[in-house]
Amino acid sequence: MVLIRDLAIQGAQMLLVLLLAPLFTGFVRKAKARLLRRQGPPLIQPYRDLLRLTRKDVVLAESASWLFRVVPYLVFAATWVAASLVPTFRTGLLFSWSADLIAIIALLGSARFFLALAGLDVGTSFGGIGSSREVMLASLAEPAMIMVVFTLALVAGSTQLSTIAAFMSSSGVGLRASLALALVALIMVAIAENSRIPIDNPATHLELTMVHEAMVLEYSGRHLALIELAASLKLILYVSLIACLFAPWGIASSAAAVPALAVGIGAYVGKLAIGSLLLALFETSIAKMRVFRVPEFLGAALMLGLLATLLLFVSGSF
Amino acid sequence: MTLTIVLVGAAFLLALAPLAVATGGAQASSRLIYGASLIVSAASLVASLAHLLAAAPPETVALPLGIPWLGAHFRLDALSAFFLVVVDLGALGASLFALGYGKHETAPGRVLPFYPAFLAAMTCVVLADDAFTFLLSWEFMSLTSWALVMSHHRVPENVHAGFVYLVMASFGTLCLLLAFGLLAGPDGHYAFAQMRAVHPSAAIGALTLLLALLGAGSKAGIVPLHVWLPLAHPAAPSQVSGLMSGVMTKVAVYGFVRIVFDLAGPPAWWWSVVVLALAGVTTVMGVLYALMQHDLKRLLAYHTVENIGIIFVGLGLALAFRAYSMPFAAALAFTAALLHVFNHSLFKSLLFFGAGAVLTATGERDMEHLGGLIHRMPQTAFVFLVGCAAISALPPLNGFVSEWLTFQAILLSPQLPSWGLKLLVPAVGALLALSAALAAACFVKAYGITFLGRPRTPAAEAATETDSWSLAAMMLLAALCLLAGILPGLFIDALAPVSSVLIGARMPAQSGMQWLSIIPIAASRSSYDGLLVFLFMVASGTLAAATIHRFASNRLRRAPAWDCGYPDSSPATQYSATSFAQPIRRVFGSVVFQARESAGMPPPGNTQPAWLKVELHDPVWDYLYAPLAAGIGGAADRLNRLQFLTIRQFLTLVFGALVILLLVVAVWS
Amino acid sequence: MSQIDFDVAHVLAGSLVLISFLELYQDRLYSLLNVYAAHALVLAASVAWQAFMQDAPHLYVTAMIALVFKAIIIPVALHRMIVKLGIHREIEKVVGVGMAMLAGMGLVALSMVVMLRVTQQAGPLAQEDLAFALSVVLLGLLMMVTRRNAVSQVVGFMSLENGLVLAATGARGMPLVVEISVAFSILIAFIVIGIFLFRIRERFDTVDVQVMDTYRGERR
Repeated sequence: MVLIRDLAIQGAQMLLVLLLAPLFTGFVRKAKARLLRRQGPPLIQPYRDLLRLTRKDVVLAESASWLFRVVPYLVFAATWVAASLVPTFRTGLLFSWSADLIAIIALLGSARFFLALAGLDVGTSFGGIGSSREVMLASLAEPAMIMVVFTLALVAGSTQLSTIAAFMSSSGVGLRASLALALVALIMVAIAENSRIPIDNPATHLELTMVHEAMVLEYSGRHLALIELAASLKLILYVSLIACLFAPWGIASSAAAVPALAVGIGAYVGKLAIGSLLLALFETSIAKMRVFRVPEFLGAALMLGLLATLLLFVSGSF
Repeated sequence: MTLTIVLVGAAFLLALAPLAVATGGAQASSRLIYGASLIVSAASLVASLAHLLAAAPPETVALPLGIPWLGAHFRLDALSAFFLVVVDLGALGASLFALGYGKHETAPGRVLPFYPAFLAAMTCVVLADDAFTFLLSWEFMSLTSWALVMSHHRVPENVHAGFVYLVMASFGTLCLLLAFGLLAGPDGHYAFAQMRAVHPSAAIGALTLLLALLGAGSKAGIVPLHVWLPLAHPAAPSQVSGLMSGVMTKVAVYGFVRIVFDLAGPPAWWWSVVVLALAGVTTVMGVLYALMQHDLKRLLAYHTVENIGIIFVGLGLALAFRAYSMPFAAALAFTAALLHVFNHSLFKSLLFFGAGAVLTATGERDMEHLGGLIHRMPQTAFVFLVGCAAISALPPLNGFVSEWLTFQAILLSPQLPSWGLKLLVPAVGALLALSAALAAACFVKAYGITFLGRPRTPAAEAATETDSWSLAAMMLLAALCLLAGILPGLFIDALAPVSSVLIGARMPAQSGMQWLSIIPIAASRSSYDGLLVFLFMVASGTLAAATIHRFASNRLRRAPAWDCGYPDSSPATQYSATSFAQPIRRVFGSVVFQARESAGMPPPGNTQPAWLKVELHDPVWDYLYAPLAAGIGGAADRLNRLQFLTIRQFLTLVFGALVILLLVVAVWS
Repeated sequence: MSQIDFDVAHVLAGSLVLISFLELYQDRLYSLLNVYAAHALVLAASVAWQAFMQDAPHLYVTAMIALVFKAIIIPVALHRMIVKLGIHREIEKVVGVGMAMLAGMGLVALSMVVMLRVTQQAGPLAQEDLAFALSVVLLGLLMMVTRRNAVSQVVGFMSLENGLVLAATGARGMPLVVEISVAFSILIAFIVIGIFLFRIRERFDTVDVQVMDTYRGERR
């Protein structure tokens, strides 16, 4: 009985994340447009885009291989599995012990690995630009993320995300300098990993400013739909991660009854709304960086994460 | 019983060597030699695996060979059994691969005699139980591999590679000789059993650690002693490259573990500082070097340096935990290091075999002349992809498991009381994370430029698939990579006897965990389930594919590439290896390698091509080896004058030496 | 003193270190001045919190001085000076941002080790605050050493001073007299530096110290 209930909640979590991801993207676009005094597309436009793309033919380049066709499904599967393990409205998910925070990051890393390969597959220079810049950014963003994971693991005594979220939502955590540093580093890494301004422009058409868009330039039809959905899932994953770790109010514990779950879902949707507004505000108030300023930005994130870990190694009360 | 089987196998392999010389380089003898090596390695593998899994007590045997009052001692305990499994699995794969690859060998008479001798030598190093046998087998291993490196001796860079290899191998053996001499003491206790019984003093222990690090570390490939590795490994034939990178470096790790964890007694805490510092530098430098290469085999060889760094990080942590009497943490770190030893031998051999297959199919090792091979060599491309994904530590393959265990060991280190370690371990953790991300970048480059895209030269266009023996070897290794990633608990439990013997503790038994997950410390702390992650990914991918194909569209048509509306038909416009690495070269290489780019453009109307020059300086070579070589050359020139003395001056030298010796005798007694 | 008091003090001190790192990262003068203003603001908040925790009203005055002078008056005055002297607004660096950050990390580690060893007998809050304060001092010195622009060196000196004030308040406060004299000496130093900058710029048309080195009369 308990097993069925836990299974249902895990399934509900997976479905919730999948259904809310395009809505979140639509919300961010609408908020950005409004801040720029435009009307902006309707909130459900991303859903319409995805449906339209899935119904179209795939136009495949002549030099593309079987890897090019398999990668969208791989990327979507890896990102969806990772996103379903991040607690949104309840901690203590059924399968949270199968992949901890390090494994979640590695899953996102494997999605990126295959996407970079797909960029090189067709043999054009655009794909090469995207892949080479993407792996350069990843080579700094991933260690910074791992340092943040170390900080959280040392504070909470575990690397499992559900345990960390439960710890952060309990009263034993207090306000810690190392967590403040980790929060700043996590926000910087989240912006870089999701290809938002100031690192990359998700709405660009100029190759001078492309990183992610250049890698997926040759994709069309249902493949492109899956890749866009995976990108939205990744964005909602990072926002949920920041919410469950640093703003855990309202999240239901693993022994909660149905009313607490409803409160949890409501709190989660509210956090997503606030997160999207903050993201839109941030993106419209800052300009995109030159490509070779980004390593300095990510290097600073790595240093902050390393500093937070160092503080915790030196003394447990930091 | 097991020991006898293995020793008989080694003797049989040694006997094959003169047989190969006798039959010359005939095609049939090539099949015979590789087939016989295959069978012997398989038998030896089964025997040592049975010994390891059964956690049987150690077996010893003393043969009346070698020094009269010492003899030759051989011992098979848990550590030897594990490394024997690694050696034999590598030998199995290499022999299977060589059954197909050996057909393309241009100088079989120079390769065939030394190949079984090399395998026999590695087996004997792992089994040796006294210093003399160990050193003899170690030297024999170096010499046979040197002969294999020099097998294509008409290529000048191979000669240079062989020379550097010989110098570094001699240096390594000298350090090990001194280390064993220190451990044997003034009474000459060369047997390992005698060395174990005596705990050396702190000074002797420190010197032994440093000498073992220099000796075994140079063979394993620790920076700055790694310079021979990227020269020698690519020069050898591909099956031997796989053996040298995947197996011989692990035999060097075995030497280090045996001396430092078994013979040198209880460790001091600062030993781990030295090991961790060197290991951290090795990890990052290795992968940065690899990113700058465009020769496929050299890239793989430099990448071996990085993985050796990861192994030594685990060993350093195990030393630290052991010095502070934290046995369970030490068992975790030690098991992580040994698991990485096993994993690396699997995927590095696989990748070298793939490079060998590419070399025979196209005749090219340079990535900038390849491309589009995924269409022409589909099966090789698939197994090479599995190898690349495994080495980049992507779940659900095996590279991720050992990386994850090492991170868990790092997360246990705040309990270490030493200040030096408190500051060093987070830095090493950051370096480890950095090298993991850079390794993924390196293998996107290696796979993408070689196999994907469009062919850059006619040689790449004309490639065909490799033969079935080579494919069978690579598929076997790829299947093992997947297995070790999905069922890591089995492999961790198999390593338990080794850590029980050397550390005195073992990780919790993984076989009873729910859903075949692994729990290294406690369930509340961390756990990982490779099988479940794999099943989830497969299920969600298939679900997505089925849903879309059924309810939306599954039509597809081919067309020229979009390329933003300006498709270029020349394959020269796609990214090359050098251009792919340019962002990373600019960010990291400008600091570490003083990388500078310069371009020359001819004026309009001039039909000369434009050029782009990339300058890289190897800091280890420029600041360590070049001054050293210059100093030795200068000293040798000065000493050369001794050749041209007159007879009277020679007599003066002899007279002076005699007088000094008499003075010493007079003063000392 | 409950846990939350400790934690807020730590967070404020940690933010001061964070802002010092942010100062190292800047390469434009105006943004550097804004970051320095934030530095002084956080210092004022930290001193005010210490005043609240230690129940020492004279520290409120210190906080006010830090807020008014260092967070408002000095940055505005420096801003005006930059405009008036027409100083170019990009900061030349001796070492790149990455190297400076790494060196900063090493300095923070060093100050941790030194402070947590030397002050064994003090309470934990004071110990860790002192460690953060020493980090801020060292980072300010690092800024002075790795920047070529004279204005940025002045800012480095000011953030070093902020670190000293943090250390002093953490060590159970200073008498107000000392604080006032310290504040006035800073003001005098600032005026003197300002006058010097004006004269230097009049004479040499630049405040880049490397150019000025050639006029020192020593051959290198």
